[in-house]
Amino acid sequence: MAPTRVPAVEGWFTTGNDGAAPALLGSRCEGCGTFAFPAEASYCRNPDCTSTSFETVELSRRGRIWSYTDARYQPPPPYRAADPYVPFCLVAVELAAEKLVVMGQVVAGVTVDELTVGDEVELVVDTLYTEDGCDYLVWKWRPLGATAPGQEA
Amino acid sequence: MPDDKPDDKKVAVLGAGMHEWGKWGRPFVEYGLAAARDALADAGLGWRDMQFVSGADTIRNGYPGFVSGATFAQALGWTGARVSSVYAACASGAVAIANARAQILAGLCDVALVVGADTTPKGFFAPVGGDRKDDPDWLRFHLMGATNPTYFALYARRRMDRFGATEEDFAQVKVKNARHGLANPYARYRKEVTVDEVLSSPMVADPLRLLEICATSDGGAALVLSSMEFARRHAGGAAPLVTIDAVSTVTPTFPNTVIEMPNFSTDSAASTGGPEAGTAAGFRPSIATAAYAEAGIGPEDVSLAEVYDLSSALELDWYEDIGLCGEGEAEKLLRDGVTSLGGRVPVNPSGGLSCFGEAIPAQAIAQVCECVWQLRGAATGHQVEGATVAVTANQGLFGHGSSVLLSR
Ligand SMILES: [Zn+2]
Repeated sequence: MAPTRVPAVEGWFTTGNDGAAPALLGSRCEGCGTFAFPAEASYCRNPDCTSTSFETVELSRRGRIWSYTDARYQPPPPYRAADPYVPFCLVAVELAAEKLVVMGQVVAGVTVDELTVGDEVELVVDTLYTEDGCDYLVWKWRPLGATAPGQEA
Repeated sequence: MPDDKPDDKKVAVLGAGMHEWGKWGRPFVEYGLAAARDALADAGLGWRDMQFVSGADTIRNGYPGFVSGATFAQALGWTGARVSSVYAACASGAVAIANARAQILAGLCDVALVVGADTTPKGFFAPVGGDRKDDPDWLRFHLMGATNPTYFALYARRRMDRFGATEEDFAQVKVKNARHGLANPYARYRKEVTVDEVLSSPMVADPLRLLEICATSDGGAALVLSSMEFARRHAGGAAPLVTIDAVSTVTPTFPNTVIEMPNFSTDSAASTGGPEAGTAAGFRPSIATAAYAEAGIGPEDVSLAEVYDLSSALELDWYEDIGLCGEGEAEKLLRDGVTSLGGRVPVNPSGGLSCFGEAIPAQAIAQVCECVWQLRGAATGHQVEGATVAVTANQGLFGHGSSVLLSR
């Protein structure tokens, strides 16, 4: 029996069920076009805009690495690390259309030696941690050219 | 008036005091109290002379930490002094200074005490406890495991890829600061290190190693500030009078397109036709710029700088952000010895966070204490000869700039 798959946070991304590609869910201001992630529902960050109308939009699924690093030591709670701890990479990714930089973990199995500023990456949804038979999901970035993340067969 | 600058934006620093930085886990009030008493003694004034007390808050020590001004006032003994308590993350100390300065410049008080102190937990800074799914500082740990060093590492790696910075450059910053801090009685770490030792310390967040990431510390720092008129009436002794000439507490300007702790993303520049994401001059350079503008001087006038070296690599970013050199030129400044004691503009002559570790609400005040002693010529063993102008710079979470300009 496959574990239930649940987003680790509500409304921040689509999980790509039904064959659709997963995507981050941001907001786009209907007044000035400013994007935000996570989505803004009550105010626009543009100081010259007083709009209170926002549409939820899927952000670009591909971007370029602004910078990258890794986490060699186990982060403290509320991060739920696997036991034993396995280091992971983090990237900040530039999305060209939205003109913003968004962070995220890199899929398992990639090391910093395989990353370079400017490399193209693609959004995937992957398990963050498993608890009580539930897989809690989060968005991650996969370098294009790297092999697919470890998804359940 | 003989002075070359008008008094209307200056306040005098009559006293500076610190409690040594370390890791003892005692109540933060003890450290703040010790620093306050030292600052008062340095000023030759008593606690009863203080008309205003300005506290920099700590958020990891319960209610007393959230009302730090009153907590310190009570510990010193209630006198009816007016009070302010402020939290602005790493910039808390600068905002506490700004509040006291504003009271003085507005003529609402003549003399004020500024205090910040902290007691910190072991290891990485973790968010305040509880399930808080609306708090980005909680969520970045939960969803990404993004500790503070990983953000510093993003900047460091970008310097390597854009400007050719090397791991050895970053290690040299640590070596320099360790040497600077050797004779500083308030520093927690007073030990020389070699480049090899830095480069063989464990990698924490590539390319940053354990010896290149600032620790969390206990400590306390305090200042006695007054109007120039009060200083003229009360100042004595041989030490030159040091003044605070500008305090910058700026926030970012939209769109802030550099990723910053604890955020998941930057602002979007899509609507403004502004700079491309990630390439803007960004928030950090605006911090000291505002202080220079307020004081009517420029980076070329600076004799020394105390900057927030949360990581060795971040110190290099600050060289550019406070105008000591152009973008991409910081490594050359370091390699040429310009920022070492004996160089043209020593950076972190105190030893910096590298030798102190971070005691959040005390740190920006401690930067100012160091500048005061440097400008008085009293920084025994780590003195910048002939120092006349000093600048501090730091940046707090959630958009808090902090820069203080001092002169003698
Ligand atoms: Zn808008």
